Amino acid sequence: MAIEVRIPTILRSYTGGAKVVEGSGDTLGDLLVDLDSRHAGLRARLVTDAGALHRFVNVYVNDEDVRFLGALDAKLNDGDSVTILPAVAGGAFGFAAAAAIAQHSAAAAAAAIAGPRASVTAR
Amino acid sequence: MLSIDRSIIDAIVAHARRDHPDEACGVVAGPAGSDTPTRHIPMDNAARSMTFYEFDSMEQLRVWREMDDRDEEPVVIYHSHTATEAYPSRTDVSFAGEPGAHYLLVSTREPDTEEIRSFRIVDGVVTEEPVEIVAAVDPHAVQSYMFGQSPATVDYECSDR
Repeated sequence: MAIEVRIPTILRSYTGGAKVVEGSGDTLGDLLVDLDSRHAGLRARLVTDAGALHRFVNVYVNDEDVRFLGALDAKLNDGDSVTILPAVAGGAFGFAAAAAIAQHSAAAAAAAIAGPRASVTAR
Repeated sequence: MLSIDRSIIDAIVAHARRDHPDEACGVVAGPAGSDTPTRHIPMDNAARSMTFYEFDSMEQLRVWREMDDRDEEPVVIYHSHTATEAYPSRTDVSFAGEPGAHYLLVSTREPDTEEIRSFRIVDGVVTEEPVEIVAAVDPHAVQSYMFGQSPATVDYECSDR
Protein backbone atom coordinates (compact mmCIF):
# COMPACT_ATOMS: atom_id res chain seq x y z
CA MET A 1 0.00 0.00 0.00
CA ALA A 2 1.80 3.10 -1.24
CA ILE A 3 1.31 6.48 0.34
CA GLU A 4 3.11 9.52 -1.00
CA VAL A 5 4.70 11.65 1.71
CA ARG A 6 5.89 15.21 1.07
CA ILE A 7 8.87 16.15 3.22
CA PRO A 8 9.64 19.78 4.18
CA THR A 9 13.11 21.26 3.63
CA ILE A 10 14.06 21.05 7.31
CA LEU A 11 13.53 17.25 7.40
CA ARG A 12 15.12 16.36 4.06
CA SER A 13 18.41 15.57 5.81
CA TYR A 14 16.63 12.35 6.85
CA THR A 15 15.53 11.46 3.31
CA GLY A 16 18.79 12.05 1.47
CA GLY A 17 17.41 15.33 0.17
CA ALA A 18 14.26 13.74 -1.28
CA LYS A 19 11.20 15.99 -1.38
CA VAL A 20 8.78 13.10 -1.76
CA VAL A 21 9.10 9.59 -0.33
CA GLU A 22 6.75 6.61 -0.24
CA GLY A 23 5.64 4.54 2.69
CA SER A 24 2.88 2.28 3.91
CA GLY A 25 0.64 1.87 6.94
CA ASP A 26 -2.99 1.68 8.00
CA THR A 27 -2.66 4.75 10.20
CA LEU A 28 -0.39 7.79 10.30
CA GLY A 29 1.39 6.25 13.30
CA ASP A 30 2.11 3.06 11.31
CA LEU A 31 3.28 5.08 8.33
CA LEU A 32 5.80 7.00 10.46
CA VAL A 33 7.18 3.75 11.90
CA ASP A 34 7.52 2.40 8.35
CA LEU A 35 9.27 5.59 7.15
CA ASP A 36 11.62 5.53 10.14
CA SER A 37 12.84 2.06 9.11
CA ARG A 38 14.32 3.63 5.97
CA HIS A 39 14.81 7.21 7.15
CA ALA A 40 16.09 6.75 10.70
CA GLY A 41 15.42 9.68 12.98
CA LEU A 42 12.54 11.12 11.00
CA ARG A 43 9.84 9.83 13.35
CA ALA A 44 11.49 11.37 16.42
CA ARG A 45 11.19 14.79 14.77
CA LEU A 46 7.45 14.31 14.36
CA VAL A 47 6.38 12.35 17.44
CA THR A 48 7.14 13.33 21.07
CA ASP A 49 8.58 10.96 23.66
CA ALA A 50 5.06 10.76 25.07
CA GLY A 51 3.87 9.38 21.73
CA ALA A 52 1.89 12.40 20.53
CA LEU A 53 2.27 14.35 17.33
CA HIS A 54 4.78 17.17 17.81
CA ARG A 55 3.47 20.70 18.17
CA PHE A 56 6.09 22.09 15.78
CA VAL A 57 4.77 20.29 12.70
CA ASN A 58 1.55 20.21 10.74
CA VAL A 59 0.65 16.93 9.09
CA TYR A 60 -2.08 16.64 6.49
CA VAL A 61 -3.77 13.64 4.89
CA ASN A 62 -4.82 14.83 1.45
CA ASP A 63 -6.45 18.19 2.27
CA GLU A 64 -7.10 17.72 5.98
CA ASP A 65 -5.10 18.56 9.09
CA VAL A 66 -4.61 15.25 10.94
CA ARG A 67 -5.36 17.01 14.25
CA PHE A 68 -8.99 16.77 13.13
CA LEU A 69 -8.66 13.17 11.92
CA GLY A 70 -7.38 11.56 15.12
CA ALA A 71 -3.73 12.65 14.84
CA LEU A 72 -1.49 9.54 14.80
CA ASP A 73 -4.60 7.33 14.65
CA ALA A 74 -5.71 8.97 11.39
CA LYS A 75 -6.65 6.23 8.93
CA LEU A 76 -4.76 5.98 5.65
CA ASN A 77 -5.74 4.41 2.35
CA ASP A 78 -3.75 3.38 -0.68
CA GLY A 79 -3.09 6.41 -2.85
CA ASP A 80 -3.43 8.95 -0.02
CA SER A 81 -1.02 11.84 0.01
CA VAL A 82 0.52 12.93 3.30
CA THR A 83 2.07 16.41 3.57
CA ILE A 84 4.34 17.48 6.41
CA LEU A 85 4.94 21.21 6.97
CA PRO A 86 6.75 23.04 9.75
CA ALA A 87 4.13 24.83 11.88
CA VAL A 88 4.73 28.55 11.63
CA ALA A 89 4.19 30.13 15.03
CA GLY A 90 5.90 32.20 17.67
CA GLY A 91 5.41 35.46 19.46
CA ALA A 92 6.73 37.92 21.95
CA PHE A 93 6.54 36.10 25.26
CA GLY A 94 7.59 32.58 26.06
CA PHE A 95 5.27 32.01 28.99
CA ALA A 96 2.24 33.52 27.32
CA ALA A 97 2.97 31.51 24.21
CA ALA A 98 3.14 28.34 26.26
CA ALA A 99 -0.29 29.16 27.69
CA ALA A 100 -1.63 29.84 24.21
CA ILE A 101 -0.26 26.53 22.98
CA ALA A 102 -1.87 24.70 25.89
CA GLN A 103 -5.20 26.44 25.22
CA HIS A 104 -4.99 25.75 21.53
CA SER A 105 -4.17 22.08 22.07
CA ALA A 106 -7.02 21.74 24.54
CA ALA A 107 -9.40 23.47 22.11
CA ALA A 108 -8.24 21.31 19.22
CA ALA A 109 -8.65 18.18 21.32
CA ALA A 110 -12.11 19.29 22.44
CA ALA A 111 -13.06 20.04 18.84
CA ALA A 112 -11.79 16.63 17.76
CA ILE A 113 -13.89 14.94 20.44
CA ALA A 114 -16.97 17.06 19.70
CA GLY A 115 -16.83 15.98 16.08
CA PRO A 116 -13.96 15.63 13.68
CA ARG A 117 -15.63 17.78 11.05
CA ALA A 118 -16.94 20.56 13.30
CA SER A 119 -13.80 22.68 13.25
CA VAL A 120 -13.21 22.23 9.56
CA THR A 121 -16.71 23.09 8.40
CA ALA A 122 -16.78 26.08 10.73
CA ARG A 123 -14.11 27.82 8.67
CA MET B 1 21.79 40.12 4.12
CA LEU B 2 18.12 40.49 3.29
CA SER B 3 17.48 42.66 0.26
CA ILE B 4 13.82 43.58 -0.07
CA ASP B 5 11.75 46.00 -2.08
CA ARG B 6 10.45 49.15 -0.39
CA SER B 7 6.87 48.47 -1.55
CA ILE B 8 6.89 45.04 0.16
CA ILE B 9 8.26 46.48 3.41
CA ASP B 10 5.57 49.18 3.28
CA ALA B 11 2.89 46.49 2.83
CA ILE B 12 4.28 44.44 5.76
CA VAL B 13 4.39 47.49 8.02
CA ALA B 14 0.84 48.44 6.98
CA HIS B 15 -0.31 44.90 7.85
CA ALA B 16 1.42 45.07 11.24
CA ARG B 17 -0.12 48.49 11.97
CA ARG B 18 -3.57 47.29 10.91
CA ASP B 19 -3.51 44.29 13.27
CA HIS B 20 -1.85 46.14 16.17
CA PRO B 21 -2.09 45.44 19.14
CA ASP B 22 -2.44 41.82 17.95
CA GLU B 23 0.60 40.29 16.31
CA ALA B 24 0.51 40.15 12.50
CA CYS B 25 2.23 37.47 10.42
CA GLY B 26 2.83 36.47 6.84
CA VAL B 27 5.17 35.32 4.12
CA VAL B 28 6.99 36.84 1.19
CA ALA B 29 7.48 34.21 -1.49
CA GLY B 30 10.14 34.32 -4.15
CA PRO B 31 11.48 32.12 -6.95
CA ALA B 32 13.15 29.01 -5.48
CA GLY B 33 16.88 29.52 -5.04
CA SER B 34 16.74 33.24 -5.84
CA ASP B 35 16.80 34.54 -2.25
CA THR B 36 14.65 37.37 -3.61
CA PRO B 37 11.29 38.08 -1.94
CA THR B 38 8.75 39.13 -4.58
CA ARG B 39 5.20 38.11 -3.58
CA HIS B 40 3.73 39.37 -0.30
CA ILE B 41 1.18 37.03 1.30
CA PRO B 42 -0.39 38.37 4.53
CA MET B 43 -1.57 35.44 6.66
CA ASP B 44 -4.25 35.25 9.35
CA ASN B 45 -2.96 35.06 12.88
CA ALA B 46 -5.07 32.10 14.01
CA ALA B 47 -4.11 32.84 17.62
CA ARG B 48 -5.36 36.47 17.39
CA SER B 49 -3.14 37.37 20.29
CA MET B 50 -0.99 40.27 21.40
CA THR B 51 1.81 37.88 22.39
CA PHE B 52 1.50 34.89 20.07
CA TYR B 53 1.03 34.22 16.39
CA GLU B 54 0.25 31.08 14.52
CA PHE B 55 -0.53 30.44 10.87
CA ASP B 56 -3.89 28.80 10.32
CA SER B 57 -2.89 25.27 9.30
CA MET B 58 -5.33 25.04 6.38
CA GLU B 59 -4.38 28.46 5.01
CA GLN B 60 -0.73 27.44 5.31
CA LEU B 61 -1.31 24.23 3.35
CA ARG B 62 -3.00 26.21 0.57
CA VAL B 63 -0.26 28.86 0.44
CA TRP B 64 2.62 26.34 0.63
CA ARG B 65 1.07 24.27 -2.20
CA GLU B 66 0.62 27.40 -4.27
CA MET B 67 4.29 28.27 -3.76
CA ASP B 68 5.24 24.72 -4.74
CA ASP B 69 3.15 24.95 -7.94
CA ARG B 70 4.81 28.26 -8.84
CA ASP B 71 8.29 26.95 -8.03
CA GLU B 72 8.58 29.44 -5.19
CA GLU B 73 9.73 29.16 -1.60
CA PRO B 74 9.10 31.20 1.56
CA VAL B 75 12.00 33.66 1.30
CA VAL B 76 10.75 35.81 4.19
CA ILE B 77 8.58 34.78 7.15
CA TYR B 78 7.54 37.84 9.12
CA HIS B 79 5.63 38.71 12.24
CA SER B 80 5.23 41.68 14.51
CA HIS B 81 5.97 42.21 18.15
CA THR B 82 3.58 44.85 19.39
CA ALA B 83 5.01 45.79 22.79
CA THR B 84 8.62 44.58 22.68
CA GLU B 85 11.71 44.85 20.50
CA ALA B 86 12.03 43.20 17.09
CA TYR B 87 14.14 40.31 18.33
CA PRO B 88 13.21 36.60 18.19
CA SER B 89 11.76 35.25 21.44
CA ARG B 90 12.53 31.77 22.70
CA THR B 91 9.16 30.71 21.29
CA ASP B 92 10.12 32.11 17.87
CA VAL B 93 13.35 30.15 17.94
CA SER B 94 11.80 26.87 19.02
CA PHE B 95 9.25 27.03 16.21
CA ALA B 96 11.56 28.25 13.43
CA GLY B 97 11.24 25.46 10.85
CA GLU B 98 12.38 27.04 7.59
CA PRO B 99 16.19 27.09 7.67
CA GLY B 100 16.36 28.89 4.32
CA ALA B 101 14.04 31.73 5.30
CA HIS B 102 14.79 35.23 6.51
CA TYR B 103 12.83 35.74 9.73
CA LEU B 104 11.74 39.37 9.61
CA LEU B 105 10.46 41.02 12.76
CA VAL B 106 8.65 44.34 12.90
CA SER B 107 8.07 46.06 16.22
CA THR B 108 5.07 48.37 16.33
CA ARG B 109 5.51 49.39 19.97
CA GLU B 110 6.29 52.99 18.90
CA PRO B 111 3.30 54.62 17.16
CA ASP B 112 5.39 56.67 14.71
CA THR B 113 8.42 54.53 13.91
CA GLU B 114 8.91 50.89 13.11
CA GLU B 115 11.84 48.75 14.10
CA ILE B 116 12.62 46.29 11.28
CA ARG B 117 15.18 43.54 11.80
CA SER B 118 15.96 40.26 10.07
CA PHE B 119 17.39 37.00 11.36
CA ARG B 120 18.44 33.56 10.25
CA ILE B 121 17.34 30.89 12.68
CA VAL B 122 19.00 27.52 12.04
CA ASP B 123 19.15 24.67 14.59
CA GLY B 124 18.16 27.04 17.39
CA VAL B 125 20.92 29.54 16.60
CA VAL B 126 19.83 33.13 15.89
CA THR B 127 22.01 35.25 13.61
CA GLU B 128 21.02 38.82 12.85
CA GLU B 129 21.63 40.11 9.33
CA PRO B 130 21.51 43.56 7.74
CA VAL B 131 18.35 44.59 5.86
CA GLU B 132 18.68 46.48 2.61
CA ILE B 133 15.47 48.19 1.52
CA VAL B 134 15.59 48.85 -2.19
CA ALA B 135 13.44 51.43 -3.92
CA ALA B 136 11.26 49.93 -6.61
CA VAL B 137 12.80 50.39 -10.02
CA ASP B 138 10.42 50.31 -12.93
CA PRO B 139 12.49 48.98 -15.85
CA HIS B 140 10.18 50.69 -18.34
CA ALA B 141 10.49 54.12 -16.80
CA VAL B 142 12.99 56.57 -18.19
CA GLN B 143 15.45 57.26 -15.41
CA SER B 144 17.25 60.53 -15.07
CA TYR B 145 19.29 61.46 -12.07
CA MET B 146 20.61 64.80 -10.99
CA PHE B 147 24.36 64.94 -10.65
CA GLY B 148 25.35 63.39 -7.32
CA GLN B 149 21.98 61.75 -6.78
CA SER B 150 21.73 58.00 -6.38
CA PRO B 151 18.80 55.58 -6.38
CA ALA B 152 17.16 55.50 -2.98
CA THR B 153 18.43 52.54 -1.01
CA VAL B 154 18.25 52.36 2.75
CA ASP B 155 20.57 50.03 4.62
CA TYR B 156 19.78 48.89 8.12
CA GLU B 157 22.83 47.49 9.84
CA CYS B 158 22.46 44.94 12.61
CA SER B 159 21.56 46.72 15.81
CA ASP B 160 24.24 45.04 17.86
CA ARG B 161 27.11 46.16 15.66
